[in-house]
Amino acid sequence: MKRRPAVAAAAAGTALTLALTACGGGTTTGGGGGGENATTATFNAGIGKVFNPSTTKGGTLRVANTGDWDSLDPADMYYGYAWDFVRLYGRSLVMFAPEPGQPGLKLIPDLAESLGVASDGAKTWTYKIRSGVKFEDGTPVTSKDVKYGVERSLDKDVFPNGPTYFNDFLDLQNYTSPYKDPTPDKLGLKAIETPDDQTIVFKLNKPFSGFDYFAMLPPSIPVPRAKDTGTKYKEHVVSTGPYMFESNQLGKKFVLVRNPNWDPAADPNRKALPDRIEVSLNVNADDIDNRLIAGDLDLDVAGTGVQPATQGRILADPNLKKYADSAPLARLWFTAINPDVAPFDNIHCRKAVMYATDHTGFQNAFGGPPGGDIATSLLPPLIPGAEKFDLYNFGSKPEGDTDTAKQELQQCGQPSGFSTNMSYRSERPKEKAEAESLQQSLSRVGIKLTLKPYPQGDYFKLYAGKPDFAKKNGLGLMAHGWGADWPDGFGFLAQIVDSRVIRAAGNTNLSVKIPEVDSMLDKAVQTLDNAEREKLWAQIDRRVMEEAVILPGVWARVLLYRPPSLTNVFVNEGLGGYYDHSTLGVKK
Amino acid sequence: MITFIIRRLIAAVLLLFVVSVVTFSIFFLVPRLAGASADDLASRYVGKTAGAEQIHETAEKLGFTDSLPVQYGRFAKGLVAGADYNTGPTIEHCPAPCFGYSFITQNPVWPDLLDRLPVTLSLAVGAAIIWLLTGVTIGVISALRKGSFFDRAAMGIALGGVSLPIFFTGLLSLSIFSYKLGLTASGGSYTAFADNPATWAYDLILPWITLAFLYAALYARLTRAGMLETMHEDYIRTARAKGLPERRVVLKHGLRPTLTPILTIFGLDLGLLLGGAVLTESTFSLPGIGKYAVDAITNNDLPKVLGVTIVAAFFIIFANLVVDILYAVVDPRVRLS
Repeated sequence: MKRRPAVAAAAAGTALTLALTACGGGTTTGGGGGGENATTATFNAGIGKVFNPSTTKGGTLRVANTGDWDSLDPADMYYGYAWDFVRLYGRSLVMFAPEPGQPGLKLIPDLAESLGVASDGAKTWTYKIRSGVKFEDGTPVTSKDVKYGVERSLDKDVFPNGPTYFNDFLDLQNYTSPYKDPTPDKLGLKAIETPDDQTIVFKLNKPFSGFDYFAMLPPSIPVPRAKDTGTKYKEHVVSTGPYMFESNQLGKKFVLVRNPNWDPAADPNRKALPDRIEVSLNVNADDIDNRLIAGDLDLDVAGTGVQPATQGRILADPNLKKYADSAPLARLWFTAINPDVAPFDNIHCRKAVMYATDHTGFQNAFGGPPGGDIATSLLPPLIPGAEKFDLYNFGSKPEGDTDTAKQELQQCGQPSGFSTNMSYRSERPKEKAEAESLQQSLSRVGIKLTLKPYPQGDYFKLYAGKPDFAKKNGLGLMAHGWGADWPDGFGFLAQIVDSRVIRAAGNTNLSVKIPEVDSMLDKAVQTLDNAEREKLWAQIDRRVMEEAVILPGVWARVLLYRPPSLTNVFVNEGLGGYYDHSTLGVKK
Repeated sequence: MITFIIRRLIAAVLLLFVVSVVTFSIFFLVPRLAGASADDLASRYVGKTAGAEQIHETAEKLGFTDSLPVQYGRFAKGLVAGADYNTGPTIEHCPAPCFGYSFITQNPVWPDLLDRLPVTLSLAVGAAIIWLLTGVTIGVISALRKGSFFDRAAMGIALGGVSLPIFFTGLLSLSIFSYKLGLTASGGSYTAFADNPATWAYDLILPWITLAFLYAALYARLTRAGMLETMHEDYIRTARAKGLPERRVVLKHGLRPTLTPILTIFGLDLGLLLGGAVLTESTFSLPGIGKYAVDAITNNDLPKVLGVTIVAAFFIIFANLVVDILYAVVDPRVRLS
């Protein structure tokens, strides 16, 4: 999923298509669900614990967004905050536990009674729908409504923004869309069976051990077929959550009010504290910061952190800093080293770049320590299975190791260095700074970089992500950033290290073509044992680092501000570093 | 007079046609000349996971594979007769004048523009009244009291007004008057005039003043310069010698000729603002045409950008037409024939 504005443009997948962009979560552990709470405002009080715990209902949650949702329709959303927020008006089969710290990484049943039951070697997954769940008009939710919701999300002509996991893993048998479905009830998809109103069975085209993550996605939120208005459904999504739409002025504002047919007895996961939620769209980013600090606003829903000027102000003022959280994300900013472009076809030239890089400079390009930690490998620490290792001494020599870099250049046959090009997204000042930092640090060993900015909208489709273009234009280094849809090794790694997803254009794997890594990915996907699977992620990480085809830069962080007016605030690690919207309340 | 107006109206319509052709070409011909294929254009309307086949289908669905004259013909036809768009499950009608259909937000552009026009209109007209009255008044007083403390202070402030960008003065004024003192509405506030005129004015007073501050400064300096020149003309001395009251000398004989260039600039400024007060609307998060344009550009939503461009061009052409007609009222030397 995406975290705006640092939206890493992604591309289509083939065999294991998993379109992914930014995301993240906190690393700290701590109590949730009756565990550790924080009532005193301190820096990072919202990470690993609940800040301002409260059960007081009432009031209006005032929310603003610097932009607009990609869509409010569960079938058509990919922003991380949209997946967080949708839980207020929709219930998918499972969800991340609304708890701070490590417990937030756990999936728990939501619309379903329990997590999925796997059979047929993880090719079939069965869920039972919880009884007592109703739509906002009082109609009971059935398994057919869930099936219809998933079916319509398959139609990428109508809903181009949503994830494609169901398209890629369900045994579709050429089924494309309920809108082109000749069956009378439009439930002709054979890959999903609904033997009764409470049971839903998913049949996959290949085993997948992590299907519960797919069942967490918004497309599994039920949609009543009779109320489906296609592309217009986003204007009034029929609620199954504690809130429903009172009004929706597209691009301007929408208001949620309590859903009278939401039964707390059928929903153990949500607190539903505010009476009303007012969301303003396309609001000036600096104004949002000012309003949060002035107490005129409760939540910046996009969760991309405060603006640079506000960040400096907050970090310098203890009275403001105590209301801030520096949330670590499952996101890596990195530079791809292209082995298709000489002399990077020689591993020693790639290693020379690894050693010569000034990692502090790279970190400074992303705002210094508040912007993230120096990365020593690919997997961000909060992803289960991530192992800390440092093959090139980034940690002990953050300014770079030019002596070793020169030795590598000798072995590469380029003792005086060489010239190459580096691409970055022109609209991203941080990537520009990254490129300039590398230009400076690599010049210490004679590697001369010419910087090549390209527009971010077409960066992957036409430039860096197009192998022919990259090779023809000598793009030896390419700035890149990546995050998982959820904190999981497969979600993080598949689209950036699987060589089989590389196509003619639109790639997000720019440099990794290691058959051994592909095999390990296949093995991990079919491994049901979590511990075994997580070991494989770490092995893949190490193998890619050994080949020196990715130069890790920064494991990202974001500085969030939680005004004193907000209650029950914490960063949900499963959701990727966002405040958990489903638990928030306000002081009236 | 009527012939003059008809002639200018025809010219305005022709100009709008040219603008529409040029604008359409910029959006659809220039990318082609730069090497973009129909599929490249269509890739902006599909999700990031779309394959080549889906992108090509979208290109065909949106008509990007047709020749440019055919595409323009379809666009022009939509302007006068409306158009239907296939969104997949439904056929959406885009009523005339159809400036296009956004496949990103799944909405026709024209109703969006109509929805946002009152915000821009309220902002621009309200601010224009303030800056015209204050700017011209301060300019006249400064000219009459040249070198006085008032003149120096007014021109100093005017220099600040011209120099300070609106995204600075806007955020500063919001911070002080809205969030610290609580005197004005916060950013993003807008109430329709028909719903509650008092709240409408309350919500807009800060954007009006902030925007007017920028323009009033410019108009004060222009008026002052014009008045200083005019008040030294021979006919002013003659008017005074005739024994006319000073008030009449200043307002009728001094100010009137000064207003001619002011009116020209005013027409252009107001026309530009009606096409979207981009910075002000963005700073104050007002959902007007300017903010709409910025959001459309950010999202690469070409039909919206195209629609805003043509509407903005319309306002500028219309404002110029009105100014031309008003010349005759303000300056009798202007011949209409």
